[in-house]
Amino acid sequence: MINTILWVIAYLVLAPVIGGLLAGIDRVITARMQGRFGPPVLQPFYDVLKLTEKEAITVNKVQDFYVLCFFIFVVITGCFFFAGGDLLLVIFALTLASVFLIIAAFSSNSPYAQIGAERELLQMMAYEPMVLMTAVGFYMFTGSFRVSDILSFGTMPFLYMIGIFIGFLFILTIKFRKSPFDLSMSHHAHQELVKGLTTEFSGTTLALIEVAHWYENIFLLGFIFLFFANGTAIGTVLGLAVCLATYFLEVLIDNSFARMKWQFALKSSWIIAITVGFINLVVLRFMP
Amino acid sequence: MSYVTKSPWVIHYDGSSCNGCDIEVLACLTPMYDVERFGIINTGNPKHADVFLITGAVNEQNKGVVKQIYEQMPEPKVVVAIGICATSGGIFKECYNILGGTDTVIPVDVYVPGCAARPEAIIDGVVKGLGVLAEKRETMIAKIKIKEEA
Repeated sequence: MINTILWVIAYLVLAPVIGGLLAGIDRVITARMQGRFGPPVLQPFYDVLKLTEKEAITVNKVQDFYVLCFFIFVVITGCFFFAGGDLLLVIFALTLASVFLIIAAFSSNSPYAQIGAERELLQMMAYEPMVLMTAVGFYMFTGSFRVSDILSFGTMPFLYMIGIFIGFLFILTIKFRKSPFDLSMSHHAHQELVKGLTTEFSGTTLALIEVAHWYENIFLLGFIFLFFANGTAIGTVLGLAVCLATYFLEVLIDNSFARMKWQFALKSSWIIAITVGFINLVVLRFMP
Repeated sequence: MSYVTKSPWVIHYDGSSCNGCDIEVLACLTPMYDVERFGIINTGNPKHADVFLITGAVNEQNKGVVKQIYEQMPEPKVVVAIGICATSGGIFKECYNILGGTDTVIPVDVYVPGCAARPEAIIDGVVKGLGVLAEKRETMIAKIKIKEEA
């Protein structure tokens, strides 16, 4: 019990710190890939702190409430996960969080924010099947949806769930908001939709979305870690190494692709989910 | 300490410029000058911006647009007029549809003259604008304090 509480507190405190640092490293690596020097590693923290210093402008008062709900539910999602809770509950909490963000964008009545919100919905449609399949895969392999049981299962799930791992890597690009799937909003200055989902948010509200994104990233990397966890030191080190490698891969993909249309995002992620994901599930089903 | 000077996000608008200054503004973002070193990001959204870079003279048609962009930016904010046209109207000053420099419509904090303004001059102008930004932040805090006390 105490262990669980410690994990939750560690997540609440460390996730924004590590998430922000990763975002800073992301920006430096991105700059180097483009032949630039890049900002300081702590730049994301400066950005967020600056946003809290700005005047609060709200189009519709209710949108701040929705964004706050989004933030709270993203944090709760991570807490469930790091407390060793049920994977299905984790996924439902994550979906609820995304829904709040979409409602927040819709409530501003701005055409740009609304198109961004619609695209976010399509992105959710694109990644949700694969996320569920990942949870089902863990259940079929270990016989439990609980993260704590999966962690103490002994065998490395990765060896038997390579297909699901590839599928999850694919949709991770959508969740990290990286090109080619940064349709609804992006950290770069693609100006086709002004700023998509976040067009009407400014000041502290925008800072909250950014911090929520850091929490979310750490939680998603936790999912990657789960594929390698088998209770031994080797599994832990390998898991952490793969988490970092995954993040680097996402930055590389971000820098080498242009933004795709939503049709491609939806089709490709469903095809990946049906092929590698589903076949992997069938294999797990008939495995002795 | 104020963080507004550490992460100034810019929005960039072309009044009736010949595109010369415009290209130089974008040149600042390229690997050659790389203003992201100072945390400067080009946003397309006035609600996220701290620094308003405007090139070219203001004319009757875009007067409203310039005003609207300025009003949508949350405080503290800074306006940097780039190029001689944005400063005073330049060679277009006498044209029938030109109002003059940017300061005929919105308050300007820093002027960067030149035809076209060089990227070094633009970066200098923005860095000078950061000082103004910090000052504005101070007055903003002071105003809030007065409001709270009242």
